[in-house]
Amino acid sequence: MSVLIFADIAEGQVKKSSLEALSYGSKVAAQLGTTAEAVVLGDNAGDLASLGKYGVKKVHHVSSSTLDNFDAQVYTKVIAEVALSAGADVIVLSNNLNGKAIAPRLSARLKAGLVSGAVALPDTASGFVVRKNVFSGKAYANISVSTPVKIISLNSNAYPVTEGEGTAEVVPANVTVDAPKVKVTGSTKASGEVSLTEAEIVVSAGRGLKGPENWGMVEDLAHVLHAATACSRPVADADWRPHHEHVGQTGFAIAPNLYVAIGISGAIQHLAGVNRSKVIVVINKDPEAPFFKAADYGIVGDAFEIVPKMTEAIKKIKG
Amino acid sequence: MKILVCISKTPDTTAKIAFTDNNTKFDNNGVQWIINPYDEWYALVRAIELKEKDPSVVLHLITVGGADAEPIIRKALALGGDEAIRVNADSHDSFYIASQIAAVAKDGAYDLIFTGKETIDYNGSSIGGMVAELLDLPFVSLAAKLDLAGTTATLTREIEGGEEINEVNLPLVVSAQKGMAEQRIPNMRGIMAARTKPLKVVEPAAADNLTAVTGFGLPPAKAGVKLVPADNVEELVRLLHEEAKVF
Repeated sequence: MSVLIFADIAEGQVKKSSLEALSYGSKVAAQLGTTAEAVVLGDNAGDLASLGKYGVKKVHHVSSSTLDNFDAQVYTKVIAEVALSAGADVIVLSNNLNGKAIAPRLSARLKAGLVSGAVALPDTASGFVVRKNVFSGKAYANISVSTPVKIISLNSNAYPVTEGEGTAEVVPANVTVDAPKVKVTGSTKASGEVSLTEAEIVVSAGRGLKGPENWGMVEDLAHVLHAATACSRPVADADWRPHHEHVGQTGFAIAPNLYVAIGISGAIQHLAGVNRSKVIVVINKDPEAPFFKAADYGIVGDAFEIVPKMTEAIKKIKG
Repeated sequence: MKILVCISKTPDTTAKIAFTDNNTKFDNNGVQWIINPYDEWYALVRAIELKEKDPSVVLHLITVGGADAEPIIRKALALGGDEAIRVNADSHDSFYIASQIAAVAKDGAYDLIFTGKETIDYNGSSIGGMVAELLDLPFVSLAAKLDLAGTTATLTREIEGGEEINEVNLPLVVSAQKGMAEQRIPNMRGIMAARTKPLKVVEPAAADNLTAVTGFGLPPAKAGVKLVPADNVEELVRLLHEEAKVF
C-alpha cells in the first residue's frame, strides 16, 4: 500500500506543478497512514534524493534516454508498471499538460477511477471523495471513486508546495521502455517569458487598450511583477496578441495568485477561465463592468494613466 | 481514410449553473444546449477541412447520450460529416463514455479519432486519452495543429511555455484545442443536408462506471470588491503588497 506521485521533469528540474503534486500526495499518504513514493522518468532528472523535502520516502527512477521524447502511451505503460510493483493504491499526477495526456490513459489501463483537476485533499472519512471544479470553475463537484486503485490529477496552484526536511531513497526501476510511436521532431520555447499556465501572477488586457501598439505598459507591469501576460478573446481574435495568450472558457484556464485585468469587461466566458485566481484586480473605466463583481480590488479609471503608475509604485516597493 | 469525431452536448457558455435534488443533479431548467465548443470549433472543423482537401475521407460523428442529444448531433452534421452514431446511454463517468466510443471505433477501424480538449461542463480532459488506451493507439493531447501527409500526421502540441512538434503514423487519437481550426457557422444547405444524413442509434456495450458524483456546490461568493480611487494607485499597490500579500 502506498501513494505514488508522478513527478514530471523539464530540463533537469521537477516542474513546479509536480512539486505541488508531490506535496499533495505526501499529505494524502499521511492521511491514509501510508508512505508516499515518487516516480521520475528520463535521463536528465537532477538531484532526486532531494525530493524527500516534499515528503516522499522513495523515488523510483526510470532512466532511459527514450523517455526524453514524450509519448503518453510509453509513459503510461512505465508508470503503470511501477505503480503495480510499488503496490500503489493511489496515484497522483499534476493536471498539467503532460498529466492531461497520461492520467486518462493510466485510468483506462488500470481500470482505476480518475478525478481530473482535483482542488482539495480527498475526504476519506467514508469512502474516497475528491472535489474538483466543473462548469469551467463556476461550480465544484464531489467525485466518489470506488475502484481499488484511485488516480488524482491535481490542478495547478490548488495546493501549496510544502517543503520540509528529508532525503528520499532513489531506486532504479527496472521496467521495459517501449519505442515511442509519437516522435518529437522539434520544439519552440518562448524564451525569457513566464509560462502562462504556471505563472503565479498574470497581467491581462482587453479591448479597452484600443490597439496592439498600447501593450508596452502591460508588458512593463508584467515585467516588474515577474508575471505572464494574457489577453481576452476579442484581442486574440483581432490578432493584437498571439492566441497562446488568450485566457477564458475557450482559451486557457488559469489559477494564478494574482490576476490583473486591464480594460476587460469580464464576460462570463472570460471569467470561466480566470475565476480560480486567488486575488483578482480589475482596472476599467466603466464602473458597470461585470468584472468588478468578481474582483477583490478594483480601480474605476483610465488604464493609460493607472497602469504606468502601478508599475512605478511596485518598482518602489521592490526597490 | 476514416475519421471519427467525438461530439458532446454541453450547456451554453452563458447558462446559469444551478443544481437540484439536494445538489446532486444539474438543473436543466431553461438551459440552452450547444455542441461542446472544443468539439465543434476545433475537432470537427479540422476534420471537415481534411475531408474538403481529400473528398475520399469518410467522416463520422459520435455522441454518447439520450435522444435529447440528437438536435446537437444534427447541428454538428449541418457543419459537415457523412453520418452520425449515437450510443444510447446516459453517464457522466469518463471511463464509461470512453468505453462506448472505443467499442464503436474498434468496429469502424478509424484512422483518426478527434476529441475536443475537454468539455466545458465536466472539464475532465479524459475521453481522448482513455479511448487511445482502450484501443492501444498513440495519443497527442492539446494539439493546436494537425497536418496529414499520406498516413503520417504532423502535430503541434502545447508544452509549458512553448510548443512541440510531433510526428505520428496513423491510426491516432488527438484532442484538439484553440488554433486547430476556426469556428464555422452552418449554412442553409448544410442544415437541409443534415436532415437526411444517417443517424444510427446503437445500444451501449457493457462497461463500468469508475466514478460517481456525490454532490455539487457553488463556490463561495466573493466578499465584494474593494474599490480604490483612481488618483491613489499607490494605495492599491500597498493593499496588494501588505493585505493580499501577492507580491
